[in-house]
Amino acid sequence: MNLACKGLALEVAGRTLCTGLTFTVQPGEVWGVLGPNGSGKTTLLNTLAGLSTLTQGDVTMDTQPLTQMNAVARARAVGILPQHEEAEYWGTALEYVSLGCFPNGSARRGWMGRQHGDEIIAERALQQAGMADFAARHFATLSGGERQRVRIAQLLAQAPRCLLLDEPLQHLDLRYQIQMLDMLAKLARGDAQSLARSVILVLHDVLWPVRFCTHALLLDGAGGARAGAASDMLTQKNLESLFGCALQPAGDKPQAGFVPAL
Amino acid sequence: MRARTGTAAGAAMVTIAAVSLAIALAWGSVPLSLGQVLAGLLDSSSGIPHDIIWQLRLPRALAAFACGGLLALAGVLLQALLRNALADSYILGVSSGASLGALSAITLGFGAALVNTAALTGAIAAIAIVFGVTFRGGKGSGWNVYRLLLSGVVLSAGFAALTSLILVIAPSAQLKGMLFWLMGDLSYAENPLAACALLFVLTLGATALAVRLDILGLGDVKARSLGVSVVALQLMVFFGAALATVAAVMLGGAIGFVGLMMPHAVRLMGITRHRMLVPVSVLAGGSFLTLADTCARTIMAPQQLPVGIFTALIGVPCMLYLLTRRA
Repeated sequence: MNLACKGLALEVAGRTLCTGLTFTVQPGEVWGVLGPNGSGKTTLLNTLAGLSTLTQGDVTMDTQPLTQMNAVARARAVGILPQHEEAEYWGTALEYVSLGCFPNGSARRGWMGRQHGDEIIAERALQQAGMADFAARHFATLSGGERQRVRIAQLLAQAPRCLLLDEPLQHLDLRYQIQMLDMLAKLARGDAQSLARSVILVLHDVLWPVRFCTHALLLDGAGGARAGAASDMLTQKNLESLFGCALQPAGDKPQAGFVPAL
Repeated sequence: MRARTGTAAGAAMVTIAAVSLAIALAWGSVPLSLGQVLAGLLDSSSGIPHDIIWQLRLPRALAAFACGGLLALAGVLLQALLRNALADSYILGVSSGASLGALSAITLGFGAALVNTAALTGAIAAIAIVFGVTFRGGKGSGWNVYRLLLSGVVLSAGFAALTSLILVIAPSAQLKGMLFWLMGDLSYAENPLAACALLFVLTLGATALAVRLDILGLGDVKARSLGVSVVALQLMVFFGAALATVAAVMLGGAIGFVGLMMPHAVRLMGITRHRMLVPVSVLAGGSFLTLADTCARTIMAPQQLPVGIFTALIGVPCMLYLLTRRA
């Protein structure tokens, strides 16, 4: 299953952010979306999730336009971690995560949503996100970073073929930033038990994308967009001009990433 | 384990509902024992208990139960729709619209049937205005939650001002009848069977949509990305809540605090998923109003007090307590 964009234009409130965006994401690939504030990263992710009306171009999953898929089929194909949520959730972390199972059957079919199987899936997702011990805690009592990991667990419980994460590392401490990226990279590759998936991340960092992403999409905020293999895209020159500040390599190895040159 | 908490709370709530109905049937100017209540209910040859129960207390108790249940249900639905814990059943301007309609009709000297029609017209007009102002069709974000909340509040304020104007200029002989609509009173409640049937159907419907209501709380973007048809669901919730509130107001006037308080009380019992929150809130709202109404008609008997006074007297301290606890 591949997610493809063809001739896509992104618009926010009448302002054109980019045009003619064309790229294809295959299972097993981890894409990093980078760009300055307001360059259209979130708009792009919402569009890839099939949640925005398109003015120009097409987003397809295996040649089928996302906008023509029914809502549930689309939710099995593409899932999104929004940048923020306006929600105030009163239940426990486990209940919160099990809502992610909605498109996959039992919650919709069972009378009043009896869903034992969903809780098993939710427990596994919490474990993957390092939150297994917090299952019974009320969502509202969690810290910002804990909440973020629970929100990611909900997306894991949804288990779409393509995962879109808008700033997944926000509020996470260093250890969990690494764990989360590592987990997502493994999830993308798949293994004997699970299929390979596509992962698309919006990141605000010049260190992690170089280490964890196979591909990158750079939105410059002035209408320009470039997509390609990470080794071609994430060069010091490209990143310096993208963010308008000087960088230096973070180490001697070729994939060490960059840090700001101060 | 949590599922068991929910089931236990559900069973407890069914018991409380049955007890509250039994109390409503037993208490009154002629006290009846439990045996007499049962005999009166089942045996038409039991004479006076049979007449008291079937002609006076049972219709009144069922009206109170249906009214409380409908208000609590509307509260749960609107809190889910607005993602706001402080939404209550009157946020759509239904009660102020109905009051204004009824008071206008009373001032003009119309009879009971026309007063009811005017109240219904006022309630529907309020819903239509709120809907027209806030709903934007089309794909994506059908509803701006803040616009909905604000327009309901603004409209209620406008209706309340007109209502005050009528109260000031109305002849004093008419004031008592007007207070029924403003305070909420079940003494004039008519046949409650239609309201009971509506309560049953709406509760069933809302419970069937329980998981979708849970997901709606996560926000529009998340709900749509999980495959929920958000706009269709919002429309169902809006009109379900509006229907429930109109039915309740037509039965008992603007009885306050049930719609706001009951869902909160149930959440504090640890029930947060709509699968249990909906039915348990309905039972809690019904039981609460049945008991409050029993107090209202017995405490100063033979003088009957408007039940709205009791729900507020119990509701205000409870709400203040809950609010301090939350902080």
